[in-house]
Amino acid sequence: QGGGSAVIDMENMDDTSGSSFEDMGEMHQRMKEEEEEEAEGEAGAAEEDEDGEFLGVKGLRGQLGRQVADQMWQAGKRQASRAFSLYANIDILRPYFDVEPVQVRARLLESMIPVRMINFPQKIAGELYGPLMLVFTLVAILLHGMKTSDTIIREGTLMGTAIGTCFGYWLGVSSFIYFLAYLCNAQITLVQMLSLLGYGLFGHCITLFVTYNIHFHSLFYIFWLGVGGLSTLRMVAVLLSRTVGHTQRLVLCGSLAALHMLFLLYLHFAYHKVVEGILDTLEGPNVPPFQRVARDIPVVSSAVLNTTAKAVALTL
Amino acid sequence: FAGLADVSISEDIPVEGEITVPVGSRSPDEDYSTLDEPVRDTILRDLKAVGKKFVHVMYPKKSSALLRDWDLWGPLVLCVSLALMLQGGAADSKDDGGPQFAEVFVIIWFGAVVITLNSKLLGGTISFFQSLCVLGYCVLPLTVAMLVCRLVLLAGSGTVSFIIRLLVVAAMFGWSTLASTAFLADSQPPNRKALVVYPISLFYFVISWMILTFTPQ
Repeated sequence: QGGGSAVIDMENMDDTSGSSFEDMGEMHQRMKEEEEEEAEGEAGAAEEDEDGEFLGVKGLRGQLGRQVADQMWQAGKRQASRAFSLYANIDILRPYFDVEPVQVRARLLESMIPVRMINFPQKIAGELYGPLMLVFTLVAILLHGMKTSDTIIREGTLMGTAIGTCFGYWLGVSSFIYFLAYLCNAQITLVQMLSLLGYGLFGHCITLFVTYNIHFHSLFYIFWLGVGGLSTLRMVAVLLSRTVGHTQRLVLCGSLAALHMLFLLYLHFAYHKVVEGILDTLEGPNVPPFQRVARDIPVVSSAVLNTTAKAVALTL
Repeated sequence: FAGLADVSISEDIPVEGEITVPVGSRSPDEDYSTLDEPVRDTILRDLKAVGKKFVHVMYPKKSSALLRDWDLWGPLVLCVSLALMLQGGAADSKDDGGPQFAEVFVIIWFGAVVITLNSKLLGGTISFFQSLCVLGYCVLPLTVAMLVCRLVLLAGSGTVSFIIRLLVVAAMFGWSTLASTAFLADSQPPNRKALVVYPISLFYFVISWMILTFTPQ
């Protein structure tokens, strides 16, 4: 009754019909290679037919068993790859999060102090907690700036734009500079580059936090050169200490400095236009109609801060 | 089973006995009984569990009830109500009505996932969904703050109302952060609590700032 029953007789899996797991793997590999060369599709079918013919009666049961083994192999492979990608990914990142709070604080302060010794390769901590937190802080500050300046994003959301900008800068520029470093024979790994650039965003966070609340053009330029410049100098000094050769140093450090400073400039000016309008017409309740859409908080708080800043500037 | 080969049962002796297993107080029978009970009982039981967790959040003591029986109903309800209340507070309501809801949803869930991953990477002993549960339930004080802000805004939107709203939102932000750290920070090694507390406070800060800058049109 074996042929008519609904239960698949698994005993036949152990016979020589080629349905063991290793053979399945081999067959899959072979089939994949055959798919890549389109001309050999028929040859694959011909091979399978040959197998069936060669094995005779056993061939029929072997085919059924082979299909079952095939499904089981695929299911097993799927589960294994899923488990691997889930667990292995977290464990790969774990050593980069092994920090103490004092270390993070020390590295934050160090990121603003340019090193003097550029003839000796400076140590970079390959840690990802600090940079990740700084990127998220920058996202929060950017969100505040976008809402304060009433930026209206037509496609997508404010949050999406902020996250995309910050993460895109961090990951993209790190990879680009790492690529340049590879071309210029600098001694730096990708994690170290991510860490260096991430800590360099500390200056950006401070600058934007201050200048999104006090809207003063000259104040922004002072912060841009001072704070932004310090963190750029630190990154440039560390890279200089790890590169040999004048042209290479120029290329690498020049591009990093340019990108870093221009990013700060972009972040400030991209979300600045409407705020400028409010600043110019800051005379009590007579706000022109198109600016009534501004929220009350920035008007109140920025009015207070701006009059204070103006008073301070006048007295100095 | 070799010893049983010579056991034979004659056909004319009927087999008798009790097949039913004596039922204890906790047995798979409970599953059957919860299937047969009226829907009202199920809903009330779940609501009571959610309500008990709300009480735990409002008076954060060290208890494992929130962690042991985690569920995501409470966070979902809180997230949806917060997102609904935050809608319509944009410059161009016809442009930003949709994304406003999606923004709040994405911020809360994406933020909670990131914080959970971060605490796991820092060596935390808490599981993924337990952490999501705690973070979601601790949004409750901020939802209350949102309600209060909306009521205050109905009265007027001057400087006084801004100061009231600022105080209320700041207090609720502190409450949320304290409540979630009471549950989450214990699962970390003691010298690294600050590393876990910072992203949590940043997360609740972003939500409270969204509540504070809300102006209805």
